[in-house]
Amino acid sequence: MASTGFLAVALKSRRPEILSQWTEQLERASASAKGRVSAQDLKAQAKDFLDVLVSTSQTQDTTDISAPGWQPVRSFLEDLSRQRVLAGFSSDETAIFIFSLKRPVFEALKKESGKDSEGLSEEMWKATELLDKLGLHTVKTFQLSREEVIGRQQTELLELSTPVVKLWDGILALPMIGTLDSARTQIVMESLLQKIVETESQIAIIDITGVPTVDTLVAQHLLKTVTAIRLMGADCIISGVRPQIAQTIVHLGVDLQGITTKANLADALALALKRNGISFTKH
Amino acid sequence: MDRIPILRMGEFLLVTIQVDMHDQLAMQLQDDLTRAIDKKGAKGVLIDISALEMVDSFIGRMIADISGMARILDARTVLVGMQPAVAITLVELGLSLPGVATALNVERGMVLLRRLLAESSGDDHFINR
Amino acid sequence: MTISSTGELPLTNEHDIVLGRQSVRRMAQQQGFSLVDQTKMVTAASELARNTVIYGGGGVLKWALLSEGIKRGVRLTFEDQGPGIANMELALTDGWTSGQGLGLGLTGTRRLVNEFEIESTVGVGTRVVITRWK
Repeated sequence: MASTGFLAVALKSRRPEILSQWTEQLERASASAKGRVSAQDLKAQAKDFLDVLVSTSQTQDTTDISAPGWQPVRSFLEDLSRQRVLAGFSSDETAIFIFSLKRPVFEALKKESGKDSEGLSEEMWKATELLDKLGLHTVKTFQLSREEVIGRQQTELLELSTPVVKLWDGILALPMIGTLDSARTQIVMESLLQKIVETESQIAIIDITGVPTVDTLVAQHLLKTVTAIRLMGADCIISGVRPQIAQTIVHLGVDLQGITTKANLADALALALKRNGISFTKH
Repeated sequence: MDRIPILRMGEFLLVTIQVDMHDQLAMQLQDDLTRAIDKKGAKGVLIDISALEMVDSFIGRMIADISGMARILDARTVLVGMQPAVAITLVELGLSLPGVATALNVERGMVLLRRLLAESSGDDHFINR
Repeated sequence: MTISSTGELPLTNEHDIVLGRQSVRRMAQQQGFSLVDQTKMVTAASELARNTVIYGGGGVLKWALLSEGIKRGVRLTFEDQGPGIANMELALTDGWTSGQGLGLGLTGTRRLVNEFEIESTVGVGTRVVITRWK
């Protein structure tokens, strides 16, 4: 249900002036945008936002932007934030989009109020509250978007930095380097399992020579991965287990449940070849 | 009423599970399979789940039961084709299907079955027939 | 956090379990879950739906698609007016895989989701709510 007062009316009937004043403000503010968004795009975004804001305000109470009726406006701001994150904007540069709308809206309210000064201050307060809330929502989704983008980039980096290597027909190796954390281990393990199916490899060698320490969580992940590999019908050898890690595993009370371990990748490969019935002769 | 077909693959039996399993279907399968093992004197059973995008505890129990029944009838069972997402989920769920041999696909499954049978041909039998 | 859509599905027989699973798969896909996360959610739903039908004497699955800023999730509520769980501690142990326990598989299911809540009163019924986020 729409709220009382003339904010909605003002927005609707004075839309063109609001738009042109706002666009002017945005252009001035974006002198610092350093060309990350074109003037044309900015104008289009302003117009589109104003359209959805005006139509929503006609039927919705402006005091609660979390109501379902405000979804189109929230979605617009979420998309905007995401674009701004990808374009390299900061959160305040993004929030300016909303806050620079205040002045033009106040101007429109002044004209709409006529002699009703009490009504004017009431409506200006409503407008401020509304735009503040929308501005905060923008900042919040900007931050969430940024975290999501960073997360995704990290995942991509992880996949790139931990490639699965085919050592021989039916034998894959996964050299892990650096400290292993829960999230990283999970991603890497999933891609190993996928590769096993794709290449129909019988044996996967997980080499942890380059891993300085292993904690309980990581040990458990390794164990889960090996169990999953076996359920799929392949087998796993863990190589590069250094004395320190062996001690940690025992101290942590982790039961390796009959998983074969080898001191280094070469030994693991020799074993894998043997298991696959491959032998070499010297000439 | 639909049933899951049981095919002959050389000296083994092949069951391909493609549809969503429910109680009746599972019981029917166990019935049909035990009968078939007995009638054809089959020594090995391959259960192909490469088409299953999900395996829950119900299906897991069914597979373990089939494997157990087959064993008592002197046949070995190999489960083939589990998808990675399914394997990861089963491990998280805590289902490890102990005693069920696995292979990547039907071909490898048959190789495994032959090896298992060759290994056990010298075993004592505890069941007097 | 906002709820973008909700709905309800009956859970009275095996066929309903199958339909429920298919719906949950679609929801998880719609919310952009990875294949592994979809599978975890569908499997959890299958376990709980089965409990509702078999131990709860039938009930209902209430679903909701959630969004919190950029994050998207699926929330499923399994409700029945069945006998309830007399021994919650036992039900929440890992014994069921080896044939002990009540076959409810709740601890395993809990590991498949991000949020897990259960309420049960003997003679009144049981309610389990699970949530998974992308």
